[in-house]
Amino acid sequence: MLRFIAGRLLQAIPVLWVIVTLTFFLVRLAPGGPFDTERAVSPEVRAALEAHYGLDAPLWRQYLDYLAGVLRGDFGPSFKYANRSVTELIAAGFPVTAELGLWALSIAVLLGVGAGLIAALRPRRWPDHLAMSAAMLGICLPSFVLGPLLALLFGIVLGWLPVSGWGLTPGDKILPALTLGAGYAAYLARLTRGGLLEMLSQDFVRTARAKGAGELRVLLVHALRGGLVPVVAFLGPAAAGLLAGSFVVETVFQIPGLGRFFVQAAFNRDYTMVMGMTVFFSTLIVLFNLLADIALVWLDPRLRGAAGQGGGR
Amino acid sequence: MRHLIAAGLLIGLGLLGGCSGGQDLPAGVLRIGNGTEPQDLDPHVTTGLPEYRIQLALFEGLVAKDPRTLEPVPAVARHWTVSDDGLRYTFELRPEARWSNGDAVTADDFVFSFRRLLTPALGGEYAYMLYPIVNARAYHLGQIDDFAAVGVRAPDPHTLVIELEHPVPYFLQLLDHHSAYPVHRPTIEAFGAQARRGTAWTRPGNLVGNGPFVLREWSVNRRIVVEPNPHYWNAGAVHLPAIAFLPVEDANTQERMFRGGQLDIVLGGLNPDKIEYYRRERPQALRVSPAYATYYYEFNTRRPPFDDPRVRRALAMAIDREAIVERVTRGGQRPAAALTPPDPYGYRPPEALRFDPEAARALLAEAGYPDGRGFPPFEVLYNTAEMHQRIAVAIQQMWKRHLNIEARLTNMEWKVYLAARNDGEFDVARAGWVGDFLDPINFLELLSGYSGNNHSGWSDPRFDALLEQSNRERDRARRYALLQEAERLAMEAMPVIPIYYYSNVQLVSERVQGWHDNLLDYHPYLGVRLDRAAD
Amino acid sequence: MSPGRGQWRDAWRRLRRHRPAMAALVYLAVLGAAALLAPHLAPYAYDAQDLALGATPPSAAHWFGTDVFGRDLFTRVLYGARVSLLVGLVATAVALCIGVLWGTVAGYLGGRVDAVMMRIVDILYGLPFILFVILLLVVFGRHLVLLFLAIGAVEWLTMARIVRAQVMSLRHQEFVLAARSMGFSTPRILFRHIVPNTWGPVIVYTTLTIPNVILLESFLSFLGLGVQPPAASWGLLISHGVESMEAYPWLLLFPALALFTTLLALNTLGDGLRDALDPKTAGDAP
Repeated sequence: MLRFIAGRLLQAIPVLWVIVTLTFFLVRLAPGGPFDTERAVSPEVRAALEAHYGLDAPLWRQYLDYLAGVLRGDFGPSFKYANRSVTELIAAGFPVTAELGLWALSIAVLLGVGAGLIAALRPRRWPDHLAMSAAMLGICLPSFVLGPLLALLFGIVLGWLPVSGWGLTPGDKILPALTLGAGYAAYLARLTRGGLLEMLSQDFVRTARAKGAGELRVLLVHALRGGLVPVVAFLGPAAAGLLAGSFVVETVFQIPGLGRFFVQAAFNRDYTMVMGMTVFFSTLIVLFNLLADIALVWLDPRLRGAAGQGGGR
Repeated sequence: MRHLIAAGLLIGLGLLGGCSGGQDLPAGVLRIGNGTEPQDLDPHVTTGLPEYRIQLALFEGLVAKDPRTLEPVPAVARHWTVSDDGLRYTFELRPEARWSNGDAVTADDFVFSFRRLLTPALGGEYAYMLYPIVNARAYHLGQIDDFAAVGVRAPDPHTLVIELEHPVPYFLQLLDHHSAYPVHRPTIEAFGAQARRGTAWTRPGNLVGNGPFVLREWSVNRRIVVEPNPHYWNAGAVHLPAIAFLPVEDANTQERMFRGGQLDIVLGGLNPDKIEYYRRERPQALRVSPAYATYYYEFNTRRPPFDDPRVRRALAMAIDREAIVERVTRGGQRPAAALTPPDPYGYRPPEALRFDPEAARALLAEAGYPDGRGFPPFEVLYNTAEMHQRIAVAIQQMWKRHLNIEARLTNMEWKVYLAARNDGEFDVARAGWVGDFLDPINFLELLSGYSGNNHSGWSDPRFDALLEQSNRERDRARRYALLQEAERLAMEAMPVIPIYYYSNVQLVSERVQGWHDNLLDYHPYLGVRLDRAAD
Repeated sequence: MSPGRGQWRDAWRRLRRHRPAMAALVYLAVLGAAALLAPHLAPYAYDAQDLALGATPPSAAHWFGTDVFGRDLFTRVLYGARVSLLVGLVATAVALCIGVLWGTVAGYLGGRVDAVMMRIVDILYGLPFILFVILLLVVFGRHLVLLFLAIGAVEWLTMARIVRAQVMSLRHQEFVLAARSMGFSTPRILFRHIVPNTWGPVIVYTTLTIPNVILLESFLSFLGLGVQPPAASWGLLISHGVESMEAYPWLLLFPALALFTTLLALNTLGDGLRDALDPKTAGDAP
């Protein structure tokens, strides 16, 4: 297992390098520069700004300088937020987004896997239909719809919870976490149910059932591990996506997280910020996918591959 | 494996239990929805309105404006004189003016600040605001190196003399712009070279200003909090215990926060449906007033068929502006008959435009497209925003109905839109302009041959000459007559279609006192109170 | 075990007995037909404005009400179905094909090939999507095909990961080993034996991808790619509906309802398909 992890971490180096390189040129190719504003900027001012940020150097030079900076852990100053470094902005936003993501993920797993379990226990009966219809609703109400709806309902109409903020007034974390988690919960519910039903039709499960094991026991002991394979395969990128995807929720609920930067940086053509966010986010993607793969092996030892003794356990 | 899970759990618990920083604001703090996170607070570097709103609390210029009348009123300068030829301004600084660290504010501070803004290396985008000053432009373009040649002098610590290249009737208004604010030299120099942007001098604890408030907290994307400056010369007029500026980007979130009691003031961006709601439910909180800004469409006159003024006029005359402001924007906007909005000093834009589908059809036929036949398909470019889209959809339909021509709508993300407009890659583009100060020249320069903001490709030497002539004219009535003539000329050619004059739509809590509406959406914080009894 | 012609026929037979699935299929067919025939069925023109009328709640004349331009919402939902169903199906199909192929090959071959293929997936996850779309737009202009491409490019990644995980857990099962020992070629083993066994999660994920894609389309419209007004799509109708949901709730309700019922039908059909196609449940069918 350690060798597997070490190998994957080594593979991450070329992955990150390719991402950095592609993004570096991608962002510079996009039309509109960091200093374009509604009002025309005189050529002299533009030249001064480009000189200040090193954009007057040849592109290859900028690229090498950037790589050297990244190796030193220096992502440079933000072009948009003139008195901040990219590292500082990421450091400020990440804890908030990570916390939001963690809450959302917990809600998603709890609600989603729970609903999936209930549905799989009574397939094609009313608990199944109820759980799955709720899941469908969750998918049809993306966060840009659900967020404002929840804020209006609980914040304005009922007045139970604040309509915005993060860690300022009691209860202000509930609505954002719920909004962000709901969509993922719906996915998880469907995937859990599908994965479990798949397992329940496998031979070894049928054997267990034939031996007289109770349905719940069959489900939890025999089917759950294998049934969670697609769930976990989905969770890897989803966990990382939760961080990048928190943009909408952070905007709707006025949360000072990283998701807003991730999107705004691209819109602002804040080159260094886009790069810093991409490197940071890609590292998370690689890490989460690795974690998910480790979890997959743990769920289903056959995935380790080497043994190859075939299906049964 | 177990260890990994345990470690993960521990990290998770740490995060959940961890403090996420910040606490709720005490009662009595004025909370303002401020759009976006400020790029910086350095008045010589920033360009945006959200930054200006904060700088208005942290700094003070030579003069300020009365928020009711927009007339210049004394600020750091308690008195000033203008020479008869309008070229020399002499300011007498009040001796009691102090920086927030107790230092006296002197005329040298202003000389230093103007020099800093004009230093090419700083890259100050608003340096041109000082161009009326003798040699300021030459210094900024690096044509001269000696700042002594620039028309700003401090003969003694409390006297500042400014010499202009030509009379500028609105010069005092420019001194209230953030680019003309003074900065504290020792502070700037303590954190880096004076002409270096983005140093740490604007951080809380570092920033020294001369305004009524000082910076207490700056949490990125969360809020900026300012509290009263004990050294401010007019501290008696400061009634707020603190002001919090919240960077709320989403207009609907802003409105919900206002309704939920988390904001006291929301500046702009209100959805028309919400305007109706407030008109009905909380008329006291809704403030709708005219703005000094114009929404318009720009033709690319380099491209046929828009190189033909008849086509341009036809398209302009087929737009029912009344219907747009009454049915689409629905927020107190006024139909625009010309580019420049009327101002309180007596400028009346020429009535150059009326909705007349009949005449529009005739013009189009005259230009070779009877009943729209043979009119090439063209695109209307706008940056993505709900309101721009609604307006474009309405205009598209009007053109189709009245002229039988087909416009394709093309929305683009902001920077792509800017690039396309600058490169002339459009047929018709949506545009808007907000006046920085009250003078028609603000808008008319948009159509001059020398303006970088004129994307239409249209220019007329007669028009430019009239503007030039108006710069030499000291008498306001005669000057306005020249400008009016220039505008009439431009509207004949119609390189742009004026659509409406914006309105300022604000939500101001009933508890806020001393907040005045005006054309420039200018809101200083002196004299503003938050009535707590009404809670 | 091999899904030959006969097996497809069996699957269809089993599907026909799955009542909810058949109901869903009928619903989707009716919806699809209505979308196709929108110009003939719609009571109004989709871009016909009546500014004086403005937004009105549902009535006999306008079943779903009208929007702020006085346009008939029922007509617009019907027209929106054309774009949204097309985007949903085509883009999802693209994602499905690439994802299943990629995941199967990586999962089955394993080792170095797997490592390289999955690291490519990681790279694509990492690239900033907004910039990718903007560049696509700048280089190729706005085109519906681009929309499919952009969406397909992101949606296949997770599909590939799910399929790969599934294949890896399948490749050492007895029936695969048996097939291998019988000397079947790798492609045959893959597509005759392994892929059919991944249908379960694949169908589930596919039915989930379709609404996602339909909503993603509205975000791409924001960037300038995709549907342009006055044309409509469900995604756009929903995102505009949110803007004025307090004043005119029907503008959000009906498009969201259209999406919801479609999704419900797709999932029900998906469940039926899964049961019908599953080689293991095949024997169970009475």
